Amino acid sequence: MAILTSAERSSKGLWKVIGASSLGTLIEWYDFYIFGSLAVIISTKFFPADNPTAAFLSTLATFAAGFVVRPFGALFFGRLGDMIGRKYTFMVTLLIMGLSTVAIGLIPEYKTIGFMAPVLVLILRLLQGLALGGEYGGAATYVAEHAEPHRRGERTSWIQTTASFGLFISLAVILLTRKSMSDEAFMDWGWRLPFLISIFMVIVSYFIRRNMAESPIFQKVKAEGKVSKNPLKESFGNKFNFKFVLLALFGAAMGQGVVFYTGQFYTLSFLQRVCNIDFDQTNYILGIAIFLGTGLFIFFGWLSDKIGRKAIMMTGMLLAVLTYRPIYDKIYQLADTNTKQEIVDEFKVAKKEEKVLHGDYGAEKANVTTQHRFYTDGTQQDEIKKEYLDTSTGKVIHTDHAISIKLSNKAMWLMVLLVFLQVMYVTMVYGPIAAFLVEMFPVKIRYTSMSLPYHIGNGIFGGLMPTVATYLVARAQSANTLAEKAGQELPFDKPYLEGLWYPIIIIGVSFIIGIIYIANKKEKEIAIISPKEN
Amino acid sequence: MNYIRRFLGIVWILMAIVAGYYLIVSQAIPQFQSGNPDDLVPAIVYTFVLMPIISGGLLVFGWYALKGEYDEL
Repeated sequence: MAILTSAERSSKGLWKVIGASSLGTLIEWYDFYIFGSLAVIISTKFFPADNPTAAFLSTLATFAAGFVVRPFGALFFGRLGDMIGRKYTFMVTLLIMGLSTVAIGLIPEYKTIGFMAPVLVLILRLLQGLALGGEYGGAATYVAEHAEPHRRGERTSWIQTTASFGLFISLAVILLTRKSMSDEAFMDWGWRLPFLISIFMVIVSYFIRRNMAESPIFQKVKAEGKVSKNPLKESFGNKFNFKFVLLALFGAAMGQGVVFYTGQFYTLSFLQRVCNIDFDQTNYILGIAIFLGTGLFIFFGWLSDKIGRKAIMMTGMLLAVLTYRPIYDKIYQLADTNTKQEIVDEFKVAKKEEKVLHGDYGAEKANVTTQHRFYTDGTQQDEIKKEYLDTSTGKVIHTDHAISIKLSNKAMWLMVLLVFLQVMYVTMVYGPIAAFLVEMFPVKIRYTSMSLPYHIGNGIFGGLMPTVATYLVARAQSANTLAEKAGQELPFDKPYLEGLWYPIIIIGVSFIIGIIYIANKKEKEIAIISPKEN
Repeated sequence: MNYIRRFLGIVWILMAIVAGYYLIVSQAIPQFQSGNPDDLVPAIVYTFVLMPIISGGLLVFGWYALKGEYDEL
């Protein structure tokens, strides 16, 4: 087997390689996540507001479009990366991502340009998905091909931190932007700033990456004339390699992707939409949990070099399967005001007339009635009723109801702990996976072969997770409502937990496949040529 | 262990068939027939994205497992 020696492997400047690769990937994740983090606001800007649920689902569908397209990006850019090189390919993906993000921040709203607004958002979101599909495999491969074999897990885990840290930065930028202006200004134009500032980060990252050298292993393969002429055919048309693609997908990436999106995205959606916790507080909770958990990516990456990748990833999956239901049940209970003691004397009602900023329902003004309730444990609940008024007659044309719960400090920190546990599972499955995937495939088709299972696992199985889980919860709640109206016994005891069946089943299957079919390897020299040729 | 790996190949093949049936018959077809434009996107995703990946992928994986391709990896 042709192996690079230590001398051939660049040790000097390894941190520069890791830094440049991680920074670019971090920016790509940031770009990708701000859309998801602002999904609720975006839905009111680019989709008709007549039906908020439909608008929200439309946004999630757009979100999913960004995910579903990722495997196609993996194929397209993976092929390029295996033919012309890792460095040039992930520079192109960086530019596509950055320009698409800035463009989303510049699109006029639905009320200004009509149907073109959601269409443009969708196209740009698809471009973001394509770029992300090409970026990750390139960065992971690039770092892995520079790293020492016995430290590959640790070295590539820096790339792995970027996915969570990108989400953390996106939440932080959104919170800072919100705090720096009034709510009205943020809803009106401030939400565009997180998209627009991306351009500065992309420019910096582009110039850093431009000065980097190509992966030494790829250079060697190229010099020896062993570059693949058709990476797609060699990856997926060759049974020997294709069986590893399938194993990587079903035994690792599928479960990892769902753990990742459950722990970071579904939890955000659950806190905001099921538990009705205040928007800022949910972002604080998730932000703190992710910040505390980020170091664990490096720890588990390092540990995977010592005890093996499989052992850690499978433990993370098993813990997720066993504990998701109790964790989410506890989260729900912490926010459930029905079980709390209200301080009746402090109950207040506030009424005001508000200007409707975006012409929702064709109204210019709305009457807003807020009922403030306070509870003995420090929880606060605002029940907001917004009546949109017809401009000419002054009659109510539409009424919105919303609940916003602000947890006490103690409950908030308990919530941070519960989210942190999920983030820890994310770090266990995600920290070692770059090294795991890179080691599974030969260098000449590595970019293509590892990118596809990763992006199917994350983009499709993981990315659709919040949509599927939200649908399952809504279906259970709807069934309970119908049964209640009919005077029948409720079919679902805890409808808010129904969404968890998706991650539990998918992760469970991935765990069984992984535990039975995958070998626990600590390190493996990177093969330059296909194992079949050896 | 190889016996278990091969035997489970049958389970993955059956799971692929069940998943395919669920995605197409229980989800996609009723949504295609509903006439509701909101149902069209999920129906397309079920038919052209999820079905080939989940059902097709799992079917091939199960077949490889059954044939002993994953023995002693």
